[in-house]
Amino acid sequence: MKSTLKMALGLASAIAASTAVTSAAHAEDLTLCWAAWDPANALVELSKDFTKETGIGMKFEFVPWTNYADRFLNELNSHGKLCDLIIGDSQWIGGAAENGHYVKLNDFFDKEKISMDDFVPATVVGYSEWPKNTPNYWALPAMGDVVGWTYRKDWFSRPELQKEFKEKYGWDLGPPTTFDQLKQIAEFFQKRQIDGKTVYGASIYTERGSEGITMGAMDVLYSYGFQYENPKKPYEMEGFVNSEKSVKGLEFYKALYDCCTPPGASNSYMGEGVDAFKSGQVAMHMNFAFTWPGLQKDENVGGDKIGYFVNPKGPDGDQFAQLGGQGISVVSYSDKQESALKYIKWFANKDVQAKWWSLGGYSCLNSVVKDPKFPSSQPYAQAFLDSMAIVKDFWAEPSYAPLLQASQKRFHDYVVAGQGSPKDALDGLVKDWTQVFQDDGKM
Amino acid sequence: MLNRTADNVARATPEPLAKKIRGISDKGLAWLFISPTILLLLAINIFPLFWAIYLSFTNFRANRPNEVVKNLGLANYQRILGDQDIWIAMQTTAHFVFWTILLQTLIGFTLAWLIDRKFRGHAFWTTIILVPMMLSPAVVGNFWRFLYEPQIGLFSYVISFVSGIPPTNVQMLSNVELAPWSIIIVDTWMWTPYVMLICLAGLRSIPEYIYEAAEVDRASNWRQFWSITLPMALPFIMLAVLFRGIENFKMFDMVNLLTGGGPGSTTEVASITLKRQAFESWRTGYSSAFAIILFVAVFGLANIYVKALNKVKQR
Repeated sequence: MKSTLKMALGLASAIAASTAVTSAAHAEDLTLCWAAWDPANALVELSKDFTKETGIGMKFEFVPWTNYADRFLNELNSHGKLCDLIIGDSQWIGGAAENGHYVKLNDFFDKEKISMDDFVPATVVGYSEWPKNTPNYWALPAMGDVVGWTYRKDWFSRPELQKEFKEKYGWDLGPPTTFDQLKQIAEFFQKRQIDGKTVYGASIYTERGSEGITMGAMDVLYSYGFQYENPKKPYEMEGFVNSEKSVKGLEFYKALYDCCTPPGASNSYMGEGVDAFKSGQVAMHMNFAFTWPGLQKDENVGGDKIGYFVNPKGPDGDQFAQLGGQGISVVSYSDKQESALKYIKWFANKDVQAKWWSLGGYSCLNSVVKDPKFPSSQPYAQAFLDSMAIVKDFWAEPSYAPLLQASQKRFHDYVVAGQGSPKDALDGLVKDWTQVFQDDGKM
Repeated sequence: MLNRTADNVARATPEPLAKKIRGISDKGLAWLFISPTILLLLAINIFPLFWAIYLSFTNFRANRPNEVVKNLGLANYQRILGDQDIWIAMQTTAHFVFWTILLQTLIGFTLAWLIDRKFRGHAFWTTIILVPMMLSPAVVGNFWRFLYEPQIGLFSYVISFVSGIPPTNVQMLSNVELAPWSIIIVDTWMWTPYVMLICLAGLRSIPEYIYEAAEVDRASNWRQFWSITLPMALPFIMLAVLFRGIENFKMFDMVNLLTGGGPGSTTEVASITLKRQAFESWRTGYSSAFAIILFVAVFGLANIYVKALNKVKQR
């Protein structure tokens, strides 16, 4: 009995000791929280260099996009210590700054001589600043992203299709530069037989649950003349959100959904879009630029078969694209802020940023993207650069979530369910957004 | 032998503890055993309920814990009751509850009645019928989403084969008219066996001698069904309706997996609206008020129903 007790005590001590050793060895480990997607895998690879240089281990908490906001906003709201570093979505910046979730980085940037002038301006405004257009920085631009398009270059270059298209529409089949052209191409390919298979015009965002249809519809609405508010009077939305031009933009998005998407594509976002393109279902595919490296490498649709183009122009020649992407922030509830700041300093380094791009991440550093070799570094590099020059972002207000839910509902009700008119949808959106800002005491 | 063991145990128990235990009354001992459960119940059920009631009168938002919480009085309740979207969600919920209960009760009772005939292999068929109920809703939701897929789904193919409509036109989850029915079909497929089980218990509880007496009186099969089977199984049927009614009133998983409330807001039942308000828009006070309204509605209706059920049982 005694020997059994001794053995048990010995075993327990050994377990306790080994746990202590393990804890000591990883006391400085940092946990970085982000979405589970291809760039996150590239970041894991990249961060090995940080561990080599500093001895600080890196742990990663990646959550699928569908749960990304829920999971990490809950974590931040509950002041959790899980994440030392977080790559949070661009819309979160207002709320995260005002609620004290992120460490303000101005003093750190000054001390380490990290200048925001070294980054692409749109990414600084989109991912780092709150309030917008003021020099208050809460994140370092980490992953540039924007909605753009891929197309089946191999289908577009088929002589018989080119001939037929020219006869029908009077211009050469190629990447569209206007939305009207995009729709004509989509109609041309819709339900066409290619290599014995029925194919469709375009995959566009229609997802209802999180942010999908808003990101897609906005991509069109911006170029049609939609504005979030009166540039001279903040939060005045009447006549801007529901302007005649906005109405036409939303009408166009519905027409594109009705005429030219694959059957059943009523709840499609990033993953579904990639699937539709990879499986050879669609001629064109709207998606964030982060998907491009993966598609480029795809055996069936990548390589020479794929082409990229920037979001087309609207009827008046305006051209904008929906901003995606994220900045990296230090979580204010972390006990390892000093090490987390070391990571930010390391990540801002020019060589690290160059490697980040080579691994499949999208650097926002000017020295990387303005390098003369950059446009030819990847087949999609030029389209990315051109897209980043025309970005607009959704409200980054602390109340972005109810603002987003309202647009999700109004757009889906009209575009997918066909309820009401585009004017009804946008008038309803003004009403919903007004209510949100009134609740916030901003109106 | 048992007494001797008990004596040994009593002798081995340290005296003060034994005294203490002996000093407790039966009532005290009962409370001692029940108290952990009561504490858990208070912590997990009762406290959150009262907390939600308190929050429902405020503008509290879970994503802004640092903000000053204002008392809004009945403003949240007024806003909910005057919100057209909420009423549409309630109508959608009522539509689901009505059709799922109707179909599940009719089919479930019919299946129970057939199984009760005790034909050859009835045990095997009972097991087969019960399979959908044993699956996880997550599995069922994903499984049916593939079945409904217009390009590769078996359901679309079968409908196309029967009706001649191209399968790509059978868009169960994307079509505004069909989407509600796609959920009703899946819920009925999954939960009819449950209703069948309860009805079967009811049918098997009817004493055989009543049918023998009816046979002596030369009552037809139809007469026996209307005068004996149905009335005597009615309390069980009503119980199944109660369970399924409460469950379907708060239906969430299947709708979330199949349509997410879409297309548009066509299948947005009350629980989906509640989730959106509480965990996506972070209107905690507002959504607490909505949850309280739903709770009162279900509790009130269930109470009225249970009274009716008791009357039927007493007949």
